[in-house]
Amino acid sequence: MFEALLFYTFSVLAVFAGAMVITRRNAASSAIALVASFFCLASMYAMLGAHFVAVIQILVYAGAIMVLFIFVIMVLNLREDNDPGWNLSPRAVLGAGVGGLVGLTVFVGASAARSATFMPADKLDPGFGTIEQIGYTLFSGRYLLPFEVVSALLTVAVVGAVVLAKKEL
Amino acid sequence: MSETMLTVILALVKCVFSVAFVMQIVPLLIWAERKGAAYIQDRPGPNRAHILGVRAGGLIHTLPDVFKLITKEDVVPSHVFRPLWALAPIISMSVALVTFSVVPWGDQILIPAEIAEKYLGTTGPLAVKLQVADIDGGLLYILAMTSLGVYGIMLAGWSSNNKFSLLGGLRSAAQMVSYELAMGMGVVAMFMTYGTTRLDEIMQIQAESILNWGVLLSPPVGVIAFVLFWVAAFAECNRNPFDLPEGEAELVAGYHTEYSSLRFALFFMAEYANMVVASSVTATLFFGGYNIPFVNGAMLRENIDLVLMAIGLGGGLFFLFATSVAYGRRKDPFYAAMDAFKGPRPNKLAPTSGLNGLLYRALHDDTLRQHEWKIFTAIWAGAALAHFGLIGLGAMKIASGMPLLTEIIVFVTQLNAFVVKVLFGCWMFIWVRWTLPRFRYDQLMDLGWKYMLPIGLVNILLAAVWLLIDANAMRLYAAIP
Repeated sequence: MFEALLFYTFSVLAVFAGAMVITRRNAASSAIALVASFFCLASMYAMLGAHFVAVIQILVYAGAIMVLFIFVIMVLNLREDNDPGWNLSPRAVLGAGVGGLVGLTVFVGASAARSATFMPADKLDPGFGTIEQIGYTLFSGRYLLPFEVVSALLTVAVVGAVVLAKKEL
Repeated sequence: MSETMLTVILALVKCVFSVAFVMQIVPLLIWAERKGAAYIQDRPGPNRAHILGVRAGGLIHTLPDVFKLITKEDVVPSHVFRPLWALAPIISMSVALVTFSVVPWGDQILIPAEIAEKYLGTTGPLAVKLQVADIDGGLLYILAMTSLGVYGIMLAGWSSNNKFSLLGGLRSAAQMVSYELAMGMGVVAMFMTYGTTRLDEIMQIQAESILNWGVLLSPPVGVIAFVLFWVAAFAECNRNPFDLPEGEAELVAGYHTEYSSLRFALFFMAEYANMVVASSVTATLFFGGYNIPFVNGAMLRENIDLVLMAIGLGGGLFFLFATSVAYGRRKDPFYAAMDAFKGPRPNKLAPTSGLNGLLYRALHDDTLRQHEWKIFTAIWAGAALAHFGLIGLGAMKIASGMPLLTEIIVFVTQLNAFVVKVLFGCWMFIWVRWTLPRFRYDQLMDLGWKYMLPIGLVNILLAAVWLLIDANAMRLYAAIP
């Protein structure tokens, strides 16, 4: 009962914050709403027993990426007068259509999954979701190569950004 | 009482305790900051505020301070972006308090079976962990939460719509992001060495021996990690020499220029709360947290009567010393001057009767000032007597017959060890603030990126080498046969 209460609280908050992200005119408000929605997601991960993912969600998204977003917003000093306002161009309609389709697919998929069998929480490994297990999964065998490739990709992106930003190195 | 209810109630009690722990130290620190600054600058410091003449060495000063901040007008400048402007101090404060929730402040309280079954409705004994959240990855949680602290300052700076505030916010964002990396590097080396990120397990490793304390682990990894973490903690708390975000010489008051009243008080308290949290995390990671050197929880429980006697003797002697200091103050020339001074000229407009008269007397009557030394001598002497009484209780073997009492004594003893470490850390913050000058901005960035980050990376390499040699060799304790 208590868990359900927490779940519904955080899911309602997450959806509300998500709606705030796209309805606020002020860029900084949108960013803060996004942080709030990350928080609600993190608390859901924590309730699912995935503490590591929950903490990383906050550490990486809320603590690092969104800080840089807000940094940029502060430096550019985006104000409401820079906001183009609502316009119903064909592009916007297409975007809304595709977004709606994706949302519908996810909803249908999730509804179908309801009928599938779930693993009850007490049948999980005692070590489920711990850093140790995630480490073993990531660094042994199957996911090792993708993991290394992704890290190389990130390094390439950083180097690329530096090269683009600096005319002379 | 159902099991869920019990869990929820215990969690709530622990939450209240952890918030109260931080919030109780804050006013004490504000006093220590003022007195410490005064001591370092060779002046008396706060000594005016009094209750009926009792000044308690300036401690009373914090009371009118709080009263002033609460009752001042809450000015909302017309040019601020209201929603985020109001949110910023709340974020600052709550982030500081939330970080403390993974720090263990004691081993555990084992409520014996008969009491737990009778009053709490459990089957068998109940072990209460003295930590709000014993999550896997507690160390990462600390990093995640401290990284959120920057939001309060950034949003305050941005939403104030004021150049100086914005500059303060920008500086702080850049500074905190830079020093978070160095802090993270220090922590990574530590959890490689400990082999776990759970703070309760880290505490158990440190409980084995003083040689297992974080700073001494796999030398010099522990020491380097401690220095990195501690320096970065100063930067994260925006304390001197890293207090550029408010740099009053250049930026008025930086990000909190536009705040007044309780909103300013929140920023002010958040700074001190951050200090408390940073010191307690440092104590937990590097200095054995609640562990007393050479004496672990099991030893305390076995010799509980001896422990009680030792506390009685130590505390008694300490308070006896305090009594003698308070008694010695009777010759303070200030009291002689007060005796000769017959008080200010009577104020003809002062109310003399009713509630107003009483209030006026309470605030202006200084007559107890001459007797202050008597009051303190009595208080300290009473405390000394009470502690010497504990020796008697220990000698009568009161505690060893009562398991719950034993647990409570162990808890209080370990909590005291923790508090001593935390307060020393806080005093370091104050000490450094009034000793060192402020960094220039480029020096700050150089230190963070060119020195601390590479040193942190090398430190991780060193930790890995230690692990490679022998997973247990890192512990001096295990290496000594």
